[in-house]
Amino acid sequence: MVATKINTKMLTGNKAAAWGARLADVDYVPAFPITPQTEIVETLAQWFAEGTMQGKFTNMDSEHSMFAAAGSAAASGVRVFTASSSQGILYGLEMLHTISGWRVPLVLVNVSRGLATPITLEPDHNDVMATRDTGIVQLHAETCQEVLDLILLAYRIAEDPRVLLPVLVNIDGFYLSFTREPVELPDENEVRVFLPAFKPVQPVFQASQPQARASAVLGGVNYSFFKYQHHLATLHAERVFMEVAREYGARFGRHYESVERYKMDDADSVFVMSNSFATKGKAAVNKLRKQGIKAGLLKLRLFRPFPVDAVADALCGHQKVAVIDQNIAPGAGGITFPEIASALYHREDRPKRLLSVIGGLGGMDIRDGDFLSIVEHLDEKDFKGPLMLFRKEDLDGFRTLQKIAGPDEERE
Amino acid sequence: MTDSTDTIKKIKDLNPEEQIAPGTPMCAGCGGLEALRLMQKELGENVLYTNAAGCFTLLSVYPFTPFRGSWLYTSMASPAAAAQGVRDALDIRKHKHGMPEEEDLQVMVVAGDGSSNDMGLAPTSAAIHRGLDFLYFCYDNEGYGNTGFQLSAASPYGSATQTSPGTKLHPAGAELNKKDLFDIWMAHRPVYLATISPREPVDLTNKIRKAKQLKGPKLIISLSPCPTGWGFDPKEMHVIAKLAVDTGIFPLKEYVEGRLVHTKRPKKLVPVEEYLKLQRRFRHLFVPERRDDIIAAIQNNVNRYWERYE
Repeated sequence: MVATKINTKMLTGNKAAAWGARLADVDYVPAFPITPQTEIVETLAQWFAEGTMQGKFTNMDSEHSMFAAAGSAAASGVRVFTASSSQGILYGLEMLHTISGWRVPLVLVNVSRGLATPITLEPDHNDVMATRDTGIVQLHAETCQEVLDLILLAYRIAEDPRVLLPVLVNIDGFYLSFTREPVELPDENEVRVFLPAFKPVQPVFQASQPQARASAVLGGVNYSFFKYQHHLATLHAERVFMEVAREYGARFGRHYESVERYKMDDADSVFVMSNSFATKGKAAVNKLRKQGIKAGLLKLRLFRPFPVDAVADALCGHQKVAVIDQNIAPGAGGITFPEIASALYHREDRPKRLLSVIGGLGGMDIRDGDFLSIVEHLDEKDFKGPLMLFRKEDLDGFRTLQKIAGPDEERE
Repeated sequence: MTDSTDTIKKIKDLNPEEQIAPGTPMCAGCGGLEALRLMQKELGENVLYTNAAGCFTLLSVYPFTPFRGSWLYTSMASPAAAAQGVRDALDIRKHKHGMPEEEDLQVMVVAGDGSSNDMGLAPTSAAIHRGLDFLYFCYDNEGYGNTGFQLSAASPYGSATQTSPGTKLHPAGAELNKKDLFDIWMAHRPVYLATISPREPVDLTNKIRKAKQLKGPKLIISLSPCPTGWGFDPKEMHVIAKLAVDTGIFPLKEYVEGRLVHTKRPKKLVPVEEYLKLQRRFRHLFVPERRDDIIAAIQNNVNRYWERYE
């Protein structure tokens, strides 16, 4: 069944995120501003203030407090949404680990932005990668439409009795947060059928259900029990994602898988990417194919739990794979690269060539020529990587900037 | 919540019902736990505690809890923020989803002086500023007790802690005065603010009876004599707590409707030395040599405080 009433609007990624929360009939938004996320909470503040949304919007004093309030409200039986970015995610990181351990369903959007130092506003994925091991389910969006759709899917995953965890939807700052695209808003009544009003399946805080939650444990056995249980719940989220995405596709006509294959069938060289830059990657694939290079792209959508089999199934049988990380772990390299490698290790038909590429840091563009360079480096068998995208013209530009501040001798 | 709001005059008027089961992992002679026990008699069982990292985190160790109400361990800095989330959620459920009034809970922070004075202060300030309807209970044992007693902003001048030992170079031990959390909180104009002592159950009970009728931020600081950190025999807890009040070191007071009142004013201040000499944390002020200068400075601090209210 396809939705009967379709309302298409030109929305930024941030507005699409706010619409996702609105359509989900969210009860509670604890908020704190941070560029480039602020437009999300401003929009929601307006909707709560004018009565378009019912419940409460609370201006908090930090992301640490915000995540604490988000988690405790979810434990008290309301549907919660919040959003953050970058330094805010780091400031609240303690609480992200904490509230995922509370096993509470809620959805948060991270609008990716590079981390200090140096402080910057533009995107890369070191912020969202810092949440990688929090035990929060993680979905990465490429388009504004995906932002909205993934938020609705995220509530179904978060509230599923097999999961009961926060779900994070990641969108790139600037490239997606401030880019308008046509977004189909599903009909509200259809959304209510897909995502009914929140009905907690576990006890919530209220007088008739006294409970001690998140109590201390003594000893590694007790600790391990809860941690393994959390791990298993997170793993369940992959199956739940597939189930609810199938249902969503049938109802709204947009189909999502844990990974997305783009022109993969006959591809020799595959780029692995995520988020908005995957659009650039797809455009590069088309151009490379015009030059006779059989390129393809694998987009990561579900990042936690990591869809090991889906990734391996998609990449095995292809000769050359370049994993493009828009993040950097100094001293180690790209963060997703080893995850891809370990997904492939046990497969006999794994790609012969696996190259780590780092680029797009702090919003730096990945250009067509960069993709060509990646293809060339895939053929350089002796080049171990990682390939760090930075051209001579980039360095020249940087030197010119330095010269504006003063002549060379003053710097030295 | 017990219904009674009448002022009591005698210990035998205390509510006989207990809300906290015995047998918790707290140290014997913990003054903070005694204060909490007395408070809960008035607050009843429909309470949700949001807890900050500290000694009292060990009140609920899986799979046990001594409370009839609910408990949520948060983090060191965020019990007030978590209290906000719970309060907001319960209000939303009442107004948007028809949750019956009898399902409502009183939301109460349980935090030590470390959290309250240091990393939890900004979130608490924000919660008071937002007018959050909650009760904040700070058990003040004047140091980071759960980690073995290190200096906190509440450690008084002249006290030794593991990270401010009394030495020849630093004869006072802690060289700074205790942060005035009461005044900091009072500057926020909360609906209710008081200090309590586990040795003054009647005063304590009357304060909680007053507070529980009010909607908004209500904050309580209990001096919490700590046998292990302060160095005294657990059975002496009440003696120490009484002397803290009688020397004027720990003033019992309340701030309500914009007025500050001392609820139990010592008629004549007992010399601070009587309080100091019973505790290991002040021992360096007496041996190997007596530091009259530091003892006098502590006395002067107390005198100066009470002169402000003569």
